[in-house]
Amino acid sequence: MIPEFAHFLTCVAFVCTVVLTLAGFYTGKTQQVSGINICRSVASLQFVVLLMSFGLLMYSFLTDDFSVLYVSQNSTVELPWYYKFSATWGAHEGSFLFWTVVTAGWTFLVALKTKSLSMDMGGYVLGVMGAVNTGFLAYLLTASNPFLRLVPSVPDSGADLNVILQDIGLIIHPPMLSIGYVGFSVAFAFAIAALLTGRIDATWARWSRPWTHAAWAFLTVGIALGSWWAYYELGWGGWWFWDPAENASFMPWLAGTALIHSLSVTEKRGAFKSWTVLLAILAFGLSLTGGFLIRSGVLTSVHAFAIDPERGLFLLAILVTLMVPALVLFAVRASTLKSRIQYAGVSRELLLLLNNALLVFALVNVLIFTIYPLIHEWISGGELTSIGPPYFNAVFVPVMLFLTACLAITPIVRWKRTPLKLLKNALILLGLSVAFVILVGLVLSDQFVIGALLVAGLALWVIVVHIKEVIRRRTSMSLGITGMFTAHIGFAVAVIGIAITTGYTSSTEERMRVGDTVELNDRTYEFLNIEDIRGPNYIGQMGTFKVGDIYVYPERREYLTRQTITTEAGIDGRITRDLFIALGEPLPDGSWGVRIQEKPLVRWIWLGAFIMALGGILAVMDARYRKLQRRYLQAKFHSDDALPSSALATS
Amino acid sequence: MATKSSSSRNARMLLFIPAIFLVALAIVFLKSFEFGPRDVLPSALVGKPFPEFSYSELHNGQQLTRSDLIGEPRLVNVWASWCVACGVEHPILLEIATSGVSIVGLNYKDEPDTARQWLLERGNPYDFNIVDREGLLGIELGVTGAPETFVLDEHGTIVDKHVGLISEATWETFKSQYFSS
Repeated sequence: MIPEFAHFLTCVAFVCTVVLTLAGFYTGKTQQVSGINICRSVASLQFVVLLMSFGLLMYSFLTDDFSVLYVSQNSTVELPWYYKFSATWGAHEGSFLFWTVVTAGWTFLVALKTKSLSMDMGGYVLGVMGAVNTGFLAYLLTASNPFLRLVPSVPDSGADLNVILQDIGLIIHPPMLSIGYVGFSVAFAFAIAALLTGRIDATWARWSRPWTHAAWAFLTVGIALGSWWAYYELGWGGWWFWDPAENASFMPWLAGTALIHSLSVTEKRGAFKSWTVLLAILAFGLSLTGGFLIRSGVLTSVHAFAIDPERGLFLLAILVTLMVPALVLFAVRASTLKSRIQYAGVSRELLLLLNNALLVFALVNVLIFTIYPLIHEWISGGELTSIGPPYFNAVFVPVMLFLTACLAITPIVRWKRTPLKLLKNALILLGLSVAFVILVGLVLSDQFVIGALLVAGLALWVIVVHIKEVIRRRTSMSLGITGMFTAHIGFAVAVIGIAITTGYTSSTEERMRVGDTVELNDRTYEFLNIEDIRGPNYIGQMGTFKVGDIYVYPERREYLTRQTITTEAGIDGRITRDLFIALGEPLPDGSWGVRIQEKPLVRWIWLGAFIMALGGILAVMDARYRKLQRRYLQAKFHSDDALPSSALATS
Repeated sequence: MATKSSSSRNARMLLFIPAIFLVALAIVFLKSFEFGPRDVLPSALVGKPFPEFSYSELHNGQQLTRSDLIGEPRLVNVWASWCVACGVEHPILLEIATSGVSIVGLNYKDEPDTARQWLLERGNPYDFNIVDREGLLGIELGVTGAPETFVLDEHGTIVDKHVGLISEATWETFKSQYFSS
């Protein structure tokens, strides 16, 4: 009965979203108080029933109810309880249910905050959010139902969770990504509401900003966790593969990053209006495209799961029905938006324009390279191809370098125009930073990779300039500015990690028997022994390697139910370097293929990403946004007229 | 005046670029479905003879080799008792066997006792079963999991392959292509 009840709850949620869509657009049009009240009620109800429905699916997993098809396909009696828990969102149907829960969650939060929005804006925003989840739930109920039963023959045990998902990184990576993807639907809803009401001003930008920051922070963490997982689980020691699934999450991130910056220009200078709206639509549109690319199976990917063309078609339909009207509305309305801006010398406006141009250029390249195999297949009639990292890197490295350079002067550049003296001082710091990094490189390593050191020096410059500015301002920094500085420093930390890891990794592949030693980069790796291990649902071998006084334990696991072999790299991770050992195949003569790598500063890549996300969260908490709400409420109390946006814009 | 209004109309048309781009993208995606999902690419073994093997039969323990597969077109179905999907596929295999088509089972990485019990409970559609306990033949065949089904012609050459459950539709296609005579 429980799965049927959960199924019923999702049907209730579907009705809620339909009501929300209709009531939302009705409120937007007529500005009736009763309309917005209905919206708030159904938005809350929708969230509660979906949460319950998700909880019940989790219950089916934890109680080993293999009569549920989805459970029987993704769990087994021996699966540890925490993986049963995470299997709820581990495969296609469940992860999609999770999407709808998250969408409902964001809608609920927006509904709580609509009190500070004007009636028409609030109505349209909730209406659009409702329409988004209507699409998702229609898909869930018709093509991707996680509550289907496997009757009459109920198996004793299931087929086990996809083994690569049996990992702590992958318990939290997909939900983070989903929260980020779907979070952009809020910015999207705000953009549509702005086009419908015709009001795109500082107030609108301020409402959109915290939601965009929050979604972006989750997406950043999600991407970083995915990269970290690929690093230790796939056993290649790489951390980014330009894989379609990675690109699918990276494209909305690039659009979202551009959006964050362009929103700030719209708020402070009343410029970039139509551009900002377009980015808000694109960020969510690319999230949907990403979801489509991964789930439809049109592209091969190391992360691909649940491949089904029919489902892909349905997702494509959602993408088209949401995005085509949005973009047509944009085309019709955007020409009425006027923004006046003048660029005088080096100014923040110019810098932010550059930032947007670079990010969007990178985004378009990633998009084209990602779908290029599809176009090639079409033209050549079915022949497959794929674009390797060299193509991506050729575009990406210069763009990111330029972006890093722009980043360094952001703390000192002013709106309108910047005194040149400030820039001259900054250039001196650049010289010092690069010289310092080169010196450190020469002292610590026998190698000399000038490119890596120059890039790291550039990134260090970013950090130095930001810290110098923090010292200058001391206490007079709002949380918004602190968040921005934190995110920028995080980006620079990641760039340093990327540059040094890429330039200075030493690596070797050897055939080793127990007792053999290998020298790499002044370290001796001794293969001490290999033993059989037995986990709850796998068997395997664990090697012991001795490096100085450090022990590293790489594993090779064979999962019994799924008949899959995985590599669990043995990693000794420090902030300064990772020692990475992966066990390959056992060879007939009793030796093992072993891959050994020493990767300096690799952890900085993910550390940098987490610092960036922290910056996003700090910016969300800026009191300015709350103050804005209070003020608006007061203004509304005194006059029932539309919003006094000019008064707010100057605060 | 005239030039100004036409230039602003041009600027307005530019705003449609994102919408047009999206439609183009959707067409590319739609087109890509024609080529099907990537994981059902035909096996590299299509057109090659079934690999040599020597394994025992599940019930009578007799030694089986490649020559036992020659003589008439048949299906080789990879299955195991631990495989939930195989249970779902089972009824249609029984149906195919009743229609007179020969199906050979490749019992893949399984316990023979449980496998025999499994067949006893559900009925046995297989002419005989090759026991591949270690999954070595599976490796040679490029089997990624169970169920998987190979179509062999009368010379023992692999002519097609299907990954996953055999549906009514798949069987209809196979039947008309390979078992019509």
